[in-house]
Amino acid sequence: MDLGFIDLSQLAYSPPGRGALLLSGLLATLQIAAGAFILGLTIGFGGALGKLYGPSPLKWFLEGYTTIVRAVPELVLILLVFYAGSGLVNEVLRSFGQRPIDINALLAGIVVLGFVMGAYATEVMRGAISSIPKGQIEAGRAYGMSSTMMLRRIVAPAMMPLAIPGIANLWLIVLKDTALLAVIGSIELATRTRQAGATTREYLTFYLAALVLYLLLTLVSMYAIRHVERYFRRGLRGANS
Amino acid sequence: MVWDWLPEYLPRLAEGVWITIQLLVISLTIGTVLSVPIGLVQVTGPRILSWMALSFCTLIRGTPLLIQLWLVYYGLGSLFPGIPGLRESFLWPYLRDAFPYAIFAFSLSVAGYQGEVMRAGFLSVSKGELEAGKAFGMGRWTLLRRIWMPRAFQNVLPTLGNEAILTLKATPLAATITVYDVFGVATIIRQETFRIYEPLLLIAGIYIVITLILTLLYRWIENRVPRPA
Amino acid sequence: MKNIIGKLAISAAAVAMATGIASAELRVGLDTAPYPPFAEVDASGNQTGFEIELGEAVCEAMGETCVWTPTAWDGIIPALTSGKIDAIFASMSITEERAKVIAFSDKYYNTPAVLVAPKSSDITEDPASLDGKIVGVQVSTTHANYAQAKFSDTADSIKTYPAFDEHNADLVAGRVDAVVGDSLAFSDFLEANPDFEVKAQLNDDAIFGLGVGVGLRKEDTELLEKFNAAIAKVRADGTYDEIASKYFDFNIYGAE
Repeated sequence: MDLGFIDLSQLAYSPPGRGALLLSGLLATLQIAAGAFILGLTIGFGGALGKLYGPSPLKWFLEGYTTIVRAVPELVLILLVFYAGSGLVNEVLRSFGQRPIDINALLAGIVVLGFVMGAYATEVMRGAISSIPKGQIEAGRAYGMSSTMMLRRIVAPAMMPLAIPGIANLWLIVLKDTALLAVIGSIELATRTRQAGATTREYLTFYLAALVLYLLLTLVSMYAIRHVERYFRRGLRGANS
Repeated sequence: MVWDWLPEYLPRLAEGVWITIQLLVISLTIGTVLSVPIGLVQVTGPRILSWMALSFCTLIRGTPLLIQLWLVYYGLGSLFPGIPGLRESFLWPYLRDAFPYAIFAFSLSVAGYQGEVMRAGFLSVSKGELEAGKAFGMGRWTLLRRIWMPRAFQNVLPTLGNEAILTLKATPLAATITVYDVFGVATIIRQETFRIYEPLLLIAGIYIVITLILTLLYRWIENRVPRPA
Repeated sequence: MKNIIGKLAISAAAVAMATGIASAELRVGLDTAPYPPFAEVDASGNQTGFEIELGEAVCEAMGETCVWTPTAWDGIIPALTSGKIDAIFASMSITEERAKVIAFSDKYYNTPAVLVAPKSSDITEDPASLDGKIVGVQVSTTHANYAQAKFSDTADSIKTYPAFDEHNADLVAGRVDAVVGDSLAFSDFLEANPDFEVKAQLNDDAIFGLGVGVGLRKEDTELLEKFNAAIAKVRADGTYDEIASKYFDFNIYGAE
């Protein structure tokens, strides 16, 4: 169906329509975003704990990490981590006489974005953990709980409702930042859109389609986040907002 | 680390920094100006306008800026051959050069994100102050000009500072549509000298410095602006 | 606390290693953006094109398993030197500048560079005809080097684009007045856009080099020999001509 400036037949699922290609890119986007999100949260949690309770050198290092990563544009960071990361790893391996590791494109994207997200996640979680009423932690200590048990039973659950808005925002940011990976040639939705647009020269059609797909991802995510937030806020005052 | 290429490329880097700053300042200005009605109309205005503003913000915040940028530059560009007489029109210098497209996309982005911030800002102004203004017989526009807007801006000033830094971090995307900001220049340096890390590290440093300046600037503004009690 | 973090770290690393570790495959880099008729992605997501078929024939002759690894063109040499890919098979011209950083195999084809502009314009390869015009090229190519060297004095500006199709899109949109690129890469474009034509063939062996070759790391001398042997074999036993005749009805290898 040719609407003049948009050619919808190009988006058909089966060839010669490139709908399936875009959807495969969408899947890759989701995979990279999910992986980077989890990696980022893991780094963030560790980083937050390190910043709050760790020894001074660790605090300094983490402060540097979060400040630099949050002050430098993602595009520059992605390029640096992409080349430096694998370059370093392979240098080390080569000095041991090993073959360079084949870090496949998906994993590279996840590691790069996860590293960047980790800095933001550290700040979100640090803010959340330090907002936990001190009384709860003191009570735990009064009961003689070990650090691990306190972490599991008090800190983590109490932190979640405070951290959810920040974490939800990070998820939405990660989803959109996957598009930046197109600049390093990683295969995801933005790359597939660019390829499809380039081969068919139907740039408007495919970029609009990509816009719609990303919007769908965002809207579905926001819907899911509302439910997640309700779950973590159960039992708290104002839970059913 | 090899830095022997630096003296040769210094003038181009300086030009790049200038382009980056232009992108930042112009987009922030236009975007902020646009964000005021977008935020306000969601609080007051007729349902239809409020809905349009909300849709705009959702669209901007729900899709990657890179795609928006490419859509605007290459998507619109593909329509040009179909419009006769375009090249002779007065618009042509603006449609031909890539810089206006970057400004356009970044301004809309700022307007979208800041629209939400302004909406919260307008909502946060205490009703008491607005009622006092009305009691003095202020008209709607006077109220807006004298009380509502200044107060809203005061409340959201820290977030505006944050938005400025986020816009700075978005400027490298312009390099993908042939705008030679400092990142674009760094890419040219990487191609011509085959050095991988040094140019990137240099501009990372430049961005950190600009961020620092922005942070200090906004902190100075915050100190000068009286905070509500 | 340290316990949990330690366990998490180890399991994360293990997962990463498991999915990441190489088999003895050769990762061959090519441009993510399409470059017909040499390489492009068809609607089913498969890589097709002259270079793809030739590459697979060469790999078979070497006895290696090759994995096509799309990489952004402007980062393809760093990708090679930092170990993300093991070879570049992406229509990369053999030039002195590049040879300082990487090693090249023998050439596997050679096509001239051309200047393309609208039929209605009177642009030629004479730099004077480009006075006040804008020229589009792809970043990090010999074509970009040529444009910088010959046209930057007279032309209004030389715009560099990340991908080949992008400067073509801007040529159609009228944002650039002429583009410089590979003659064959333009064939698809010129077919679809009859308002444009080749204005001149550009000859400069020093800038354009003597053909395209496989890019390899300087220290992989063994791999270099393997590639050269395979290319020679593919040329000798007729596979090269078989594949080439599917795409071109003239001699793409150029002079011997």
